[in-house]
Amino acid sequence: MTNTLHRFSEHYAVEPPPNPRPVEDDFIVFAMATRNVNDDGLVEKYRTFARLALAHNPVNIGDATKGGLFRPQRTLNPLAHWRRDTTPEPERVVEEIDGPTTLAAVFRTREDMEGFVRDVRAANLGVSINISAPVDAAAACCKAAGVTRHSVEYSLGFQGRVERLPDRAVLEISTMCGHGMISHGLVRKLCDWVKEGRRTPAEATTYLARFCTCGVFNPPRAEKLFDRVRTGGY
Amino acid sequence: MRIDQYKCVACGNCIPVCPVGAIYIDPAVGRARVNEDECVECHACYRGMSKEHLFPPMVRAIRRVAKAFRFRFDPEPDICPTDALSPQDLTWPRIVRRAFSDPLVPHESTGIHGRGTAEVKTNDVTGRVKEGEAGFVIEFGRPGVGARFREIQAMTTALAALGVEFEKHNPVTSLMSDRDRGLIREDILGEKVLSAIVEVKVGLEQVPTVLRAVRQVSRGLETVVAVGVSTRCDERGEDHLREILELEGYPAYRGKTNLGLGRVTNAGV
Repeated sequence: MTNTLHRFSEHYAVEPPPNPRPVEDDFIVFAMATRNVNDDGLVEKYRTFARLALAHNPVNIGDATKGGLFRPQRTLNPLAHWRRDTTPEPERVVEEIDGPTTLAAVFRTREDMEGFVRDVRAANLGVSINISAPVDAAAACCKAAGVTRHSVEYSLGFQGRVERLPDRAVLEISTMCGHGMISHGLVRKLCDWVKEGRRTPAEATTYLARFCTCGVFNPPRAEKLFDRVRTGGY
Repeated sequence: MRIDQYKCVACGNCIPVCPVGAIYIDPAVGRARVNEDECVECHACYRGMSKEHLFPPMVRAIRRVAKAFRFRFDPEPDICPTDALSPQDLTWPRIVRRAFSDPLVPHESTGIHGRGTAEVKTNDVTGRVKEGEAGFVIEFGRPGVGARFREIQAMTTALAALGVEFEKHNPVTSLMSDRDRGLIREDILGEKVLSAIVEVKVGLEQVPTVLRAVRQVSRGLETVVAVGVSTRCDERGEDHLREILELEGYPAYRGKTNLGLGRVTNAGV
């Protein structure tokens, strides 16, 4: 699951600007067990991880086999077009953990991530814990939390037929679901709708969040990007 | 994926939802259809869209009236009003499409969901990539383009010629018919997937050579390639990979950092 490695930012443009805009609102911490090595009592380990995350203002948490805070609804009636429930369901994520998966929590600030990493370290769960974020921010977090980095994996961006990729606004939003469940087409459509005033950035964001099956989509960041699109800031 | 032609009301909501653009309205029948050759069986449409269960003839009648008056529709964009999407039973070789495209299906070869790879995410307990080594994670088709195994094989054969070591616990490796030559099973070469990851390991000194080979092969493909490279940090938490990447002109901005908090906890291991 390389679903968080290649989140697009200006650093990965084919011709990056001289001073790419830093990513300062998107920090992911995830837990992953290894079969027959540290997967004993796994449900409780993952539930502990999720509950610790909830204490640090995550903007999303998710179980890679069940989904994140926002999920599609199976049995809507026509009134849903006016009165649709968009309440996030953190307890549902925790309760539905039932076996091998990857648990992820997304934070808007480095301080929240650091606080969570400190707690996870103290909890000593035994499963592998990773940060997916700008590498320097992750290194600073490790230092602050008293953790020595074990391994690091760098994203080198995209190559090949990059002309088949959409524009950067769409790419920056859609790659927040690295599994590709948030299509470029839907993001493009919602960018247009937001510009036309047919939906707010928050509404557009909620539609997209439902498609992310593992909960690593960052809704506040998407909302900010939609708002920038709305006013022509891209 | 199929679309029930009785239920479909041609609202078009599923069209932009498809990550590879395989859904379209067939003007001959006035219903949505799936281009099965392009569909990667990711289930994004079926699972991601919320569902109403409205009576299709009624919805069609309302849509006809609204269209006659040139009313502007403004429905929720992520709803299938008649629950018309219907997964099909998949057999070999088409079933590999779903295995590599639907993140909720665990790969049989690794037991891992998503793309089925552990990479350095569990390096603290597997020791897969050691100090002085680099683990390459070369992903095809992402984001939102898709790739056929024939294109992936173009890369694996080029990498095999460099003498790299393919990761054993990897879904693409498990489908190779000749690992030494990087050949993939012939019966799946035409199958299209949303993305697939090839993992290889080399010494740090070989990183520039592999990067250049990957770039060279990527230029000749019809898809996009996303590359990640990893290494084990030293006892101070420093890595010796970043400098190499920057010298080669690659950004080393974003990444995954394994915190080293994993350990063996299973009794009897």
